[in-house]
Amino acid sequence: MPFAGSGASAPLPDEAGTYCGACGGVLAEGDHARCARRLELEPPRYCGQCRRRMKVQVTPGAWTATCVEHGTVEHSTWS
Amino acid sequence: MTAQASATTTGTDVLDVAREQVLERGEALSYEQVLEVLRTGDDRLAELLALAHDVRMKYQGPTVEVEGIVSLKTGGCPEDCHFCSQSGQFTSPVRSVWLNIPELVRAAKQTAATGASEFCIVAAVRGPDEKLMEQMREGVAAIRAAVDINVAASLGMLTQEQVDELVEMGVHRYNHNLEAGRSFFPNVVTTHSWEERWETCEMVKASGMELCCGGLVGMGETLEQRAELAADLGRLEPHEVPLNFLNPRPGTPFGDLEPMETNDALRTIAAFRLALPRTILRYAGGRELTLGDLGTRDGLLGGINAVIVGNYLTTLGRDPKEDLSLLADLEMPIRALNETF
Repeated sequence: MPFAGSGASAPLPDEAGTYCGACGGVLAEGDHARCARRLELEPPRYCGQCRRRMKVQVTPGAWTATCVEHGTVEHSTWS
Repeated sequence: MTAQASATTTGTDVLDVAREQVLERGEALSYEQVLEVLRTGDDRLAELLALAHDVRMKYQGPTVEVEGIVSLKTGGCPEDCHFCSQSGQFTSPVRSVWLNIPELVRAAKQTAATGASEFCIVAAVRGPDEKLMEQMREGVAAIRAAVDINVAASLGMLTQEQVDELVEMGVHRYNHNLEAGRSFFPNVVTTHSWEERWETCEMVKASGMELCCGGLVGMGETLEQRAELAADLGRLEPHEVPLNFLNPRPGTPFGDLEPMETNDALRTIAAFRLALPRTILRYAGGRELTLGDLGTRDGLLGGINAVIVGNYLTTLGRDPKEDLSLLADLEMPIRALNETF
């Protein structure tokens, strides 16, 4: 998975972090089962590390999500 | 509901009428007839889908038109379409972002590699400004130089000058949905009128570009209002009708609505096919949520003859391999570039 923006050691915005990628809430608090289902059909909107809203670009075969602090992740959705 | 109960109160079964009127004579169902079809029960669904499939096969043939779509300008839209996560008026998490031209061309190449003949460039705007038109000039030229695919566009409401310029660029089809039946439209959008949308559609039709015009269902409209949308589209006679099923988006006014029931969605597909026997009827957004794998198959055997492959504008779709494999299983060839139905 290509990664750019904050260096290879920076945490990826879509890695399981402190915050939910779908709602931006704290993962350890509340039920995020619905969020998890939602993330099967959409990219994360919030950075898992800092809960900032990310700039997300969806294309037919991929998505990219950019956190101003933690960089950009690109994810292919085609096998 | 029993089969007897779902037959028309006038004593003439609406599916028998549709078989004779639409399948045999090629005459679309009226508003009243579409409404009657939408009121048929689940016990008639298999029969209804089979009839709609026969109509599709007779007037459109077995091929399926495959398309990819991409958002050139995402989010920050000044309009308030209540289903849309890209409106700047709601607390949606979608942020504004522009796609650059190299990425646009890459997306077109990816789409073409699936066998698709259509690639639609979409922008979340009321209508294009000069910056967007400049991006379109550059983007359409770059795609046409690099990829063998038809380029379509969806940029909101247009002026006549913009229509003319899109024709000049080589845009062959323009999408502008009615979104909803006229009477329900004020419940969906308040920042512009249904009539303004209709005017753009009429300009596009007169320009020589193909018109792609559909809407969404499952937004809380009554069956009467759903039939109204089908009848409105029948009057407009677009080349293609994309049928979207509401995917409730967080932060939008429709965010808490429940997704449409699968059987209602399938009945709607069939009813629209009977209202639009000679129109390309495309699966657009929301089918993954509303229909799933089995429902997707049923819809393709119930009137649908076009699909969007891959992802949508802000949400994700199925892997194209799954759709292409399904089309192969159903012996529905992908429509080739420049092939007409």
